[in-house]
Amino acid sequence: MATAAVTSSKQTVLQCAGTGPSMSARIHPVVLFNICDSYVRRPDQAGRVIGTLLGSASPDGTVEIKNSYVVPHNESADQVALDIDYHHNMFVSHQKVNPKEAIVGWFSTGFGVSGGSSLIHEFYSREVQNPIHLTVDTGFTNGEASIKAYVSVTLTLGDRQLAAHFQEIPIDLRLLEAERVGFDMLKNTSVDKIPNDLEGMESTMERLSTLINDVYKYVDDVVEGRVEGDNNIGRFIADALASLPKLSPAAFDKVFNDRIQDNLALVYLSSLTRTQLSIAEKLNTAAQIL
Amino acid sequence: MANQTTGRSFLQAMTSVEEVAPPVRVVQMEGLAVLKIIKHCKEFSPALVTGQLLGLDVGSVLEVTNCFPFPTREEDEELEADGANYQLEMMRCLREVNVDNNTVGWYQSTLLGSFQTAELIETFMNYQENIRRCVCIIYDPSRSNQGVLALKALRLSDSFMELYRSNNFNGEKLREKKLSWADVFEEIPIKVSNSALISAFMTELEPDSPVSQCDFDRLKLSSAPFMERNLEFLIECMDDLTAEQNKFQYYYRNLSRQQAQQQGWLQKRRQENMVRKAAGEEPLPEEDPANPIFKPIPEPSRLDSYLITNQISNYCNQINGASGQGFSKLYLMKALHEN
Repeated sequence: MATAAVTSSKQTVLQCAGTGPSMSARIHPVVLFNICDSYVRRPDQAGRVIGTLLGSASPDGTVEIKNSYVVPHNESADQVALDIDYHHNMFVSHQKVNPKEAIVGWFSTGFGVSGGSSLIHEFYSREVQNPIHLTVDTGFTNGEASIKAYVSVTLTLGDRQLAAHFQEIPIDLRLLEAERVGFDMLKNTSVDKIPNDLEGMESTMERLSTLINDVYKYVDDVVEGRVEGDNNIGRFIADALASLPKLSPAAFDKVFNDRIQDNLALVYLSSLTRTQLSIAEKLNTAAQIL
Repeated sequence: MANQTTGRSFLQAMTSVEEVAPPVRVVQMEGLAVLKIIKHCKEFSPALVTGQLLGLDVGSVLEVTNCFPFPTREEDEELEADGANYQLEMMRCLREVNVDNNTVGWYQSTLLGSFQTAELIETFMNYQENIRRCVCIIYDPSRSNQGVLALKALRLSDSFMELYRSNNFNGEKLREKKLSWADVFEEIPIKVSNSALISAFMTELEPDSPVSQCDFDRLKLSSAPFMERNLEFLIECMDDLTAEQNKFQYYYRNLSRQQAQQQGWLQKRRQENMVRKAAGEEPLPEEDPANPIFKPIPEPSRLDSYLITNQISNYCNQINGASGQGFSKLYLMKALHEN
């Protein structure tokens, strides 16, 4: 990364300090939710909210952002006042709950890096080496949700520090944790009910059946020559089919029936237990003391 | 003076309003609170953790808009005071950034739904003293691996609380109130809501993907470990329940023995009195409080057996739910194989 440009005949060199190993960030959904919530709850007339990011950095350069909290601040034309006491108090409190989460950087709402950012970044550089700056565009400036992460690279001229340059780093937005909860719950503004075991199963099966239908349609199209076959997709389909264990029908029937029997036994047992409970209750509360 | 009267009538109006406050029908949780709870519970699983819920109480809807975790509790006086400080500090800090600063209950994680304990009830009563309408959110991280969002909102039923306060769990009282074990806890339906902003972000970031991790988890064929744990817990509970039943049998046996003794004593006393009457003497009283056989035997509390019964029914529900899923998965498998 270290780029050098000779600016004069003397040995003064303009250079960007290298960032070392390539960095990337992974963001947990709770962070995004927290940032959006705090933006909704920002004080009157505040243009943006900023706050601290907590998480952990692994040696290979990936930074996991697991938690966050807002820090109140005041911004005027050329200066930024951050409530440092608040920041420290909150950090101490978070440490009590989960000592493994350290400061990894800071976030701000808004599109891209703005004027006061370098000042705040400098402050966070004192808290942690090479902090990450996360921006979440709550205004949808370009009509899309842009979430970006930056690290700062200092630009030096000889020994003199000239400026800080924010360099964008890749960010992983797959939100696996949210997948487990179910996007339907998190995407809509209101969900009336949490699905129970069987309802969840039903929707999953529906999705599976549409997937199978899609595959059928694709294969048919390819066979009939309507669509040109893609080898990669073909291999995926072959893999999926091969992952089904090859069992003789008799063997499969046996396995299947055994499992059904097991399940039936369990249901029987639990119904028996319930019956017992209701009998016991009747007897216990109806027992008259003479 | 006029001011004072209006003030008082306002106060009176307030109290009367509070008295007729409708019971909580729905708990409305923000996605943020849901995710925070899940994160906290999951990171510390299998250790059990708790935290506080913040939100608003609006009519029959209790809104949970935020929450914060408690540090893992340790049995130490000093640390306990520390915990209280932490709580105050956290509330103060959150208020500063405009988070709803109103405790509406607490959340806790559980293992396979084994949450119906005497401690839970105690905590609930403590909360109830300060907040009239509070709720307890239970999250089970062990079940999320099966693609289930095991989130429950609970409260104690009013009749149970009344009984708990009077600390009187004998058979007679329970019959009078018609309180069965199923009436100890009330489950409140949970609604999930998100701000429009977050909804926009999520829709943008996650276009409708055909499958998600949740689906994979649900379609996993192996449910044996879950079932085994469940059955183990069920058996343990059954043993506990038998122990409780034995306690009652012992009590009833003692009671009938005592009653027989009392009858015997009374008969003897009556005969004696008849003799005295014939002799023209004053009859002796037909009761003798000093006699040990008149000392009432305390009836054991039924609270424990109620809680255990609740546990058992919970395990039964879980087993039924899981085997229901198992059936559908198996038939799905069969259909796939036949194709």
